[in-house]
Amino acid sequence: MRKRIGRQTAEIDNAYIVSSGAIVGEKEGKGPLADYFDIVLPDNEWNEKTWEKTESKMQREAVKLATRKGGVDLSCVDRVFGGDLLNQCISAGFGLRELDIPFYGIYGACSTMIEGLSLSAQVIDGGFCDMAVAVTSSHFCTAERQYRNPLEYGGQRTPSAQWTVTGAGAAVVSRDVGNIGIKHITTGKIVDMGIKDANNMGGAMAPAAYDTIKAHFEETGMSPDKYDLIITGDLGKIGAEILVELLNKDGIDISKNYKDCGCMIYDIEEQDVHAGASGCGCIASVLCGYLLPEMEKGNIKSLLAVGTGALLSQTSSLQGESVPGVAHAVGFKRRENI
Amino acid sequence: MKYSKKEYQEYLNKKSPDSNIIKDTTLAFLVGGGICVIGQGIFDLYNVLLGISEDTSRVLVSVTMIFLGALLTGLDVYGKLAKYAGGGTLVPITGFANAIVSPAMEFKKEGLVLGLAAKMFVIAGPVLVYGITASAIAGIIYFFLRFVGVLV
Repeated sequence: MRKRIGRQTAEIDNAYIVSSGAIVGEKEGKGPLADYFDIVLPDNEWNEKTWEKTESKMQREAVKLATRKGGVDLSCVDRVFGGDLLNQCISAGFGLRELDIPFYGIYGACSTMIEGLSLSAQVIDGGFCDMAVAVTSSHFCTAERQYRNPLEYGGQRTPSAQWTVTGAGAAVVSRDVGNIGIKHITTGKIVDMGIKDANNMGGAMAPAAYDTIKAHFEETGMSPDKYDLIITGDLGKIGAEILVELLNKDGIDISKNYKDCGCMIYDIEEQDVHAGASGCGCIASVLCGYLLPEMEKGNIKSLLAVGTGALLSQTSSLQGESVPGVAHAVGFKRRENI
Repeated sequence: MKYSKKEYQEYLNKKSPDSNIIKDTTLAFLVGGGICVIGQGIFDLYNVLLGISEDTSRVLVSVTMIFLGALLTGLDVYGKLAKYAGGGTLVPITGFANAIVSPAMEFKKEGLVLGLAAKMFVIAGPVLVYGITASAIAGIIYFFLRFVGVLV
């Protein structure tokens, strides 16, 4: 049966969310969504010797948590799609090694969660496997070490800078009918508008989110009001405003039902995060800890989740390169609304 | 998208908030100046109160300020101060100590040789390289000018 409905979008018929779980750090545990997360870490280390080991533990425990919540045995999971921000995706590789699940390492920067869900939906609906898990994580300390400066260094952050979330999220996807169905996936293209400021990632990624959302609505023929909620991963305050304006110029109005996870996970005024949150763990923990459970309860009937990633590295920035962005989309609908 | 690359960059520039120049420079001035006042106070402590010679006191001030910069970095205080002080805590000696101690602390996890020792100068390295090079060039020019009699 032909599922392709456009160059970037495909219709999914047989993929449902079984369960999901989210683990976050201290700062996130003090934010507006604190009560929704399954586990809030007591500190940055979680009894591990290095932060990299902590992040690996977070991924592993997120998968175990999500499968446990769904009453699913790890041996029933056919594929795990995992990735993270660290070089060579070591959080995923080392975190998931004990779980004995056939593994695909993926990289979409902060869009990895949605990339993982998109791929999971496609391999399940395509009949290639029965159950898959999508997982990702980020950790403030590991990200700062790799991308920026040592934590004790006395440097100032710019107003457009975003704070990397310490968080991990995992979701179990299956052929078996559940309350939350994955209805559409739209794969993003790499979009680069030449922004060189690595401290303004929201602004750099917004064009990619615009491109994917536009393709999604054009190829499905839907209008934004067909979704209760449209979210992006981590455009932050500035990027979110820009996205709304860019889409508006093309006659697509998302202003009434749009939120950015980077602006939801922290209290921007109180928690001193400048433009908001970023990191793979941002959309992962908000989606897996808060939004999917809300859909399960029936409070949200349809959701378009757009993960946004900035595909830069330290090396590319030092060499004077700009920041390319990518955004992937997954459309969820409650079973009765499909 | 209706914007070209250049148009989008200009648009983003307009939408991105600028740092508060007045607040930042004022705090940098006050904290940076304050650190220098503390340095002067320590000099007076050694020179006037303890009667140590001027030259030795100067060296002792540097040593003391480096120690304080390193200690406050280790106690995770320096970074917190720098968040407000910005350029004021970048002031040489204390800022330099912070720039060396912070990577040393951070990369100890990768071992004492390839972690701590190798990465210790990752921030301060350019200061050493270009500072020493500039002083060597200045010295050569000075020597030359003395040699030809322009300077005495």
